[in-house]
Amino acid sequence: MADLLIDLNHLQKKFGKETVLKDVTLQVAKGEILGLIGPSGAGKSTVIKTALGMEVADGGQALVLDTQMPNRQLLGRIGYMAQDDALYEALSAEENLRFFGRMKGVDKTQLAEQIAHVAAVVDLTPDLKKTVSGYSGGMKRRLSLAIALLGDPELLILDEPTVGIDPALRRKIWKELHGLRDAGRGVLITTHVMDEAELVDNVALLLGGQVMAYGAPGMLEAQYNVKTIEQVFLKAEGVA
Amino acid sequence: MRSIYIARRVISELIRDKRTLAMMFVAPVLIMFLMKLIFTQSATTSVTVATVGVDGNIRTALNDVKHVSVEKKSTNAAAKKALKDQKVDAIVHQTSDDHYTVTYANTDATKTTLVKAGFKAALAQVGVKQLKQTTVKLSQTVTQMATTIQKVAPQAAGNLTLPKAKQQATTKITNKYNYGNKDTGFFNKIVPILMGFFVFFFVFLISGMALLKERTTGTLDRLLATPVRRGEIVLGYMMSYGILALIQTVIIVLCTVGFMGVEITGTLAAVMTINFLLALVALAFGILMSTMAQSEFQMMQFIPIIVIPQVFFSGIVPLDSLASWVKDISYILPLTYAGNAMTQIIMYGTKLTSLGLDIGVLLLFLAVLTALNIRGMRRYRKV
Repeated sequence: MADLLIDLNHLQKKFGKETVLKDVTLQVAKGEILGLIGPSGAGKSTVIKTALGMEVADGGQALVLDTQMPNRQLLGRIGYMAQDDALYEALSAEENLRFFGRMKGVDKTQLAEQIAHVAAVVDLTPDLKKTVSGYSGGMKRRLSLAIALLGDPELLILDEPTVGIDPALRRKIWKELHGLRDAGRGVLITTHVMDEAELVDNVALLLGGQVMAYGAPGMLEAQYNVKTIEQVFLKAEGVA
Repeated sequence: MRSIYIARRVISELIRDKRTLAMMFVAPVLIMFLMKLIFTQSATTSVTVATVGVDGNIRTALNDVKHVSVEKKSTNAAAKKALKDQKVDAIVHQTSDDHYTVTYANTDATKTTLVKAGFKAALAQVGVKQLKQTTVKLSQTVTQMATTIQKVAPQAAGNLTLPKAKQQATTKITNKYNYGNKDTGFFNKIVPILMGFFVFFFVFLISGMALLKERTTGTLDRLLATPVRRGEIVLGYMMSYGILALIQTVIIVLCTVGFMGVEITGTLAAVMTINFLLALVALAFGILMSTMAQSEFQMMQFIPIIVIPQVFFSGIVPLDSLASWVKDISYILPLTYAGNAMTQIIMYGTKLTSLGLDIGVLLLFLAVLTALNIRGMRRYRKV
């Protein structure tokens, strides 16, 4: 159990009368990338928000890093990247990184080193001094990811991290994510891109607030007797 | 600790937004300068009065009244035509010995008042002159009688002393002004309130929009995904906008004192303290309102609802004469207390220690609004 970074048990969440999460159980272990896929409105963002403590579950249990969420202090050990870029456009990339680094509580002596490291990971080192408003969409996405990587978090929660990023860079980011996984970090990632779902260790297919399929991509493909995760998705949805 | 970094970030964002900065610092000075021009102009209104069949003495007296000049017309019809052609502002028509009909153009209340006052003064002056003449005649009669008595009964006249006619001294009035000088007008009265208003208006609007932007761009979510306390975010905003309000106050004060000659009786530090406090209230108000707005345009919609009524009830218009329920509205508006405190400091030199009530109420506003804000942020993160 100690190896589980995220442990969601029978999570339920209602907004008013509408039940968004019916029964969600999933785990992310150290050294694991869990891909959360599902159509829009399936409740992916709600799962993430509950894991971060921004929402409180109405039923079930949300344990993150062995702690019941919501918990404020714990957030310093999680790297989060939202669907929006969420950057201060008037500031330079470096100022954005420094600000969020401080908010996360990254040690002062390590901050400069950390910034240099995460900038190198997302290939932004030459553009650090530029104001974010002059950045292209892809550059903003990369900076957003760099902020999530600050502070060497044990757990990364990434909401659609590769939207609007060109293939070469996407490959680089995945390489980095695999590197982090091999270093014993855990990653929870949502995605719309089905071929990315092949790159994760486990897939959770979320449909109508329930986990319809859960397991390694290869296993799911065998289980549904199809060749790709995309087909698993379609089959589970009942379209094909 | 984190709040200092948040404050620093808010300030560096603002510094790069030159237009907003200019609006905060230049616009108030410009508006105040314009108001000074407009409100000090009205003091030199002058009127022309047409007279029909008015006694010469009264006519001369009326003509001697400051800013009033007289035109003699032979007939009422001629005078009326002049009034219609806007050549004169009023007609004084003497219908009988002690009856006058005054017709006002009444298109400008100040002019009407000036004519009324001028005519009254002229009548009084002529009255006094006649009284004086009567007195002189009377005293002459008395002297004559005394002489007669002396001739008839010298013994009786022994203890009859005549008051010597004193040289009539013209009454002189020396004007002393507790605040300002003879040019102190409406503008000076509203300066303290305006100063508070500008601080309130700009801090309310800009801080509200800034937090709204944090919410809509997602940076607030990202901020709340770090271990930062909700209170630290609110505090960070308070520090940055407090500093901004201080700078704004210094600029407004320097400009009004330096270029516009407004006198500040109290200490500048007291003015700054009140403005700083008001800025914090405005900030807390702005943040609270921003949570109820979905867009910048909706934020703008709070101006006529939240900001403008404060101006009306903050003392620019004297509230003493209004119905008591109208007055009661002013008690729930923070600008009322700030405006009152500022007026006391600037015009009467009241010390901060004697303004306990105003400061206390502002602090109460601040405490309640801040608590609401910190609580309200729970909507975005549950801890």
